[in-house]
Amino acid sequence: MRRYFGRKILIYLLTFFLAVTIDWLIPRFMPGNPVQNMLSRVAVHPEAVEAMRGYFTRAFGLDVPVWQQYLNFWAALFHGDLGVSVYMFPQRVADIILRAVPYDVALLLPAILLSWLAGNKFGAYAARTKWLDNTVLPLGYTLTATPYMWLGIVLAWVFGIVLDVFPFAGAYSYDLSPHLSWRFVGDVLHHWFLPFASLFLVQFGGWAIGMRNMIIYELEADYSHYLEALGAPRNLIRNYAFRNALLPQLSGLALQLGVIVAGALVTEVVFSYPGIGYLLLAAIQNQDYFLIQGCFLFIIVFVLLANFAIDIIYVLVDPRTRRGMTGETA
Amino acid sequence: MKKGKRSEFLFFAFRNNKLRVGLSIVLFFLVVAIVGPFLTDNEPLKYVNPGGAEPPSAEYWLGTTTFGQDVFSQFVHGLRATFLVGALGGGIGTLLGVVIGFTAGYRGGLVDEALNMLTNIVLVIPTLAVLLIISAYLEVRGIVMESVFIGCTAWPWAARAIRAQTFSLRSRDFVDLARLSGKRSWKIILTEIAPNMMSYLLLVFILQFGGATLNAATLDFIGLGPTSGISLGLMMNYAVLWGALLLGIWWWFVPPGLAITAIVGALYVTNVGLDEVFNPKLREM
Amino acid sequence: MSLHAEDLRVYYQTLRGDIKALDGATFDIADGEIMGLAGESGCGKTTLAHSLIRLTPPLRYVEGRVMLDGEELPIADMERMDDFRFRKISIVPQYAMNAMNPTRKVGKMTAELLASKGADIRELMPELRRRLDLVELTHAVLDMYPIEMSGGMKQRMVMVLSALLDPSLLIADEITSALDVSTQKAVAEMLVEFRDRQFVKSMMIITHDISILYQVADTIMIMYAGQLAEKASTKTIIEAPRHPYTKLLISSLPQVGVKVADVRLKGIPGTPPQLLDPPAGCRFRDRCSVAFGKCLEEPPFVEVARDHMVACWKEPGRDA
Repeated sequence: MRRYFGRKILIYLLTFFLAVTIDWLIPRFMPGNPVQNMLSRVAVHPEAVEAMRGYFTRAFGLDVPVWQQYLNFWAALFHGDLGVSVYMFPQRVADIILRAVPYDVALLLPAILLSWLAGNKFGAYAARTKWLDNTVLPLGYTLTATPYMWLGIVLAWVFGIVLDVFPFAGAYSYDLSPHLSWRFVGDVLHHWFLPFASLFLVQFGGWAIGMRNMIIYELEADYSHYLEALGAPRNLIRNYAFRNALLPQLSGLALQLGVIVAGALVTEVVFSYPGIGYLLLAAIQNQDYFLIQGCFLFIIVFVLLANFAIDIIYVLVDPRTRRGMTGETA
Repeated sequence: MKKGKRSEFLFFAFRNNKLRVGLSIVLFFLVVAIVGPFLTDNEPLKYVNPGGAEPPSAEYWLGTTTFGQDVFSQFVHGLRATFLVGALGGGIGTLLGVVIGFTAGYRGGLVDEALNMLTNIVLVIPTLAVLLIISAYLEVRGIVMESVFIGCTAWPWAARAIRAQTFSLRSRDFVDLARLSGKRSWKIILTEIAPNMMSYLLLVFILQFGGATLNAATLDFIGLGPTSGISLGLMMNYAVLWGALLLGIWWWFVPPGLAITAIVGALYVTNVGLDEVFNPKLREM
Repeated sequence: MSLHAEDLRVYYQTLRGDIKALDGATFDIADGEIMGLAGESGCGKTTLAHSLIRLTPPLRYVEGRVMLDGEELPIADMERMDDFRFRKISIVPQYAMNAMNPTRKVGKMTAELLASKGADIRELMPELRRRLDLVELTHAVLDMYPIEMSGGMKQRMVMVLSALLDPSLLIADEITSALDVSTQKAVAEMLVEFRDRQFVKSMMIITHDISILYQVADTIMIMYAGQLAEKASTKTIIEAPRHPYTKLLISSLPQVGVKVADVRLKGIPGTPPQLLDPPAGCRFRDRCSVAFGKCLEEPPFVEVARDHMVACWKEPGRDA
């Protein structure tokens, strides 16, 4: 088990290192100058421009040699300092992002968990009932092939505009300010539902199809045939097949995280939902390099942590890994 | 592939429902993409209808946008772009995956360990985030560039699958036999292993094609696709940007997404069907 | 009579038609008898085994009866057969090394399996332990996962498991094929112990390796191309076979101490017929050196001497 975790942690550390380096590297080797962009937005007297240029260059740490900027970046990182936003100057990037994180968590956590659990359950049922299989299969393929943003658009249009039962923009009504009350919570949930549904449905389709195929595969395995030959009831055989099929589905979840995050990104854009995705897009459109850096970093960290969490859960669920025999090498 | 085997595959291929349905849908859209632009004189981005947004009619088959652009024209030109990126991006992804996966699987040992680590790292990084950042910093982007980026981030899936397949093939008896008989390495690869991988490669490419299409649509939707031209994702981007949702201009945003869903879904189904044709065990009686 | 099979026909469905994998088998296995079932690959021995215990598509039941201890075995009915499986008839499968759920401890899987069949592992535990000792497995295996066990250990565990509820008939399907010679001997002898201690009443050992059967089987039944060729005591089959195929089979076995330089190994020229559209009459006709006109008619499997059945026109039945 030590070897299993050792390898994983090594990969995550390397990935983190690589990601941070890319994160730092790209803004500096691309055309455009953040300070210049900022200055060009403010029409000011030429002498004042020079003074401001000097100030900002120092403020953003751009006046030291490149290698030192790199090390400064790492140092700042460990202090939790992600710099200052250009687009929303003078707010700190870390603050801006932290405000957006709860919205992402609220959207992603339930969507991922519920779609995985429900999708697997439905897939298992579909594997044993013919009529269910005939409906779940085409539905699942359609859902999993649907682009996240299109489903979001369609849901927003049908339920938000045509039927007018759900709001389709923002995290809460514009005339409310965040406070603890049933009215506010209800309003938040009301706004939350369509983006959540959008994320849930696409993933659900994927898991249902995957589970159905996995169960069929397990039911054709030698151990299933042996149990049949010994006259074991179908419940026992199905139970074993289900538990064994869950394992690759769990590994699959870890692999899908990148795709799911991408889906959340575009869904937030469609619904103007103030998560990191929405923030990232605004940062890109406004060429706020530091905010872009911060968002990217946050996304990477989230994905790595989620991967790690799944690795832990996997060890708990697959008894073989505890004995030092790796069943899955994800 | 020997002649007998090829005809056996064709026999099953024609009888497989999933393959027939999936392939038909993909071919249908391909034909529309190729022929469509010849059916209309209107440029996709030109303002042809002074009346602004109008629902589908005999003159404008898919209606017009807020600016009076021909949606049908946008649709068929966008389809072309989508197929191009899917094929190119998917092709690059498959190629990279083959090179890396096969090398890792065939060589084994340290080479395998190193490539495996590389694959795992690229796999964990969320591709869209990387694509966003790279695309954001480029002022001018083209279809080829988009395809290259997509291919360069999508290869880990293919590499893993091909590596696993290579492992299983490498240890098969007929390869050992060829080695024992003194055949040279590259010859073994070409004559013994490659034919068996062909079918697998086709399956991998189909999935990569679908994935590339989805990725491209997503990028285009955020506005980070090619800086000129039109694509299905871009259509949806414009539609949302110009309030098609609020104004109920459904003919602008429904067809592009529907087409993508249909094509990608058909590709998935084709993939399953092909798998059944190649693997006798999966064939339904 | 332990097992009585009458005119059993089970075909194998394919897109090109039915493969007549088992075409008219009539035989008996007495109480306490260990019968070896031998023949080349594709002769139908595994089809016979599966027909008795797990007749699922693509296998298709065509006709025939099977009686076990006087009761009819509903082999064509998957559900009703569940009452007989494990308790009355059981199998140690060819894939014994993969037969156990990889994510369950062996003991837990056994307990769940027994519970689902209405038996309690706690009651059976002393007996289970005794049997594990017999096959030289430590009791600790119950606490292991299959992946922690060697191939031989897994095989012995499956043997113990399959025989745990004392079935009347135990089928052993090619269980020695993947083992080395010394382990083969040990496993074969364990099987005989099972019968001697009356864990099982009778046994059907399926193999293509006649030398094993020579060691442990009471009787041997030879199959060819989906039909029965000969059944007799082991001694008779080895020393005085009467079916032309059996004669060729026995004489093609290498003998200890005989060098190829002195006596060349004899094979049997030709190949078995395709069973999709088998030739009329005796299926061995094309390779038989003594075939004559009557062989175009299918020879019945008749008794030519006491407890000696042969299907050949050259060996007329006792009452012919």
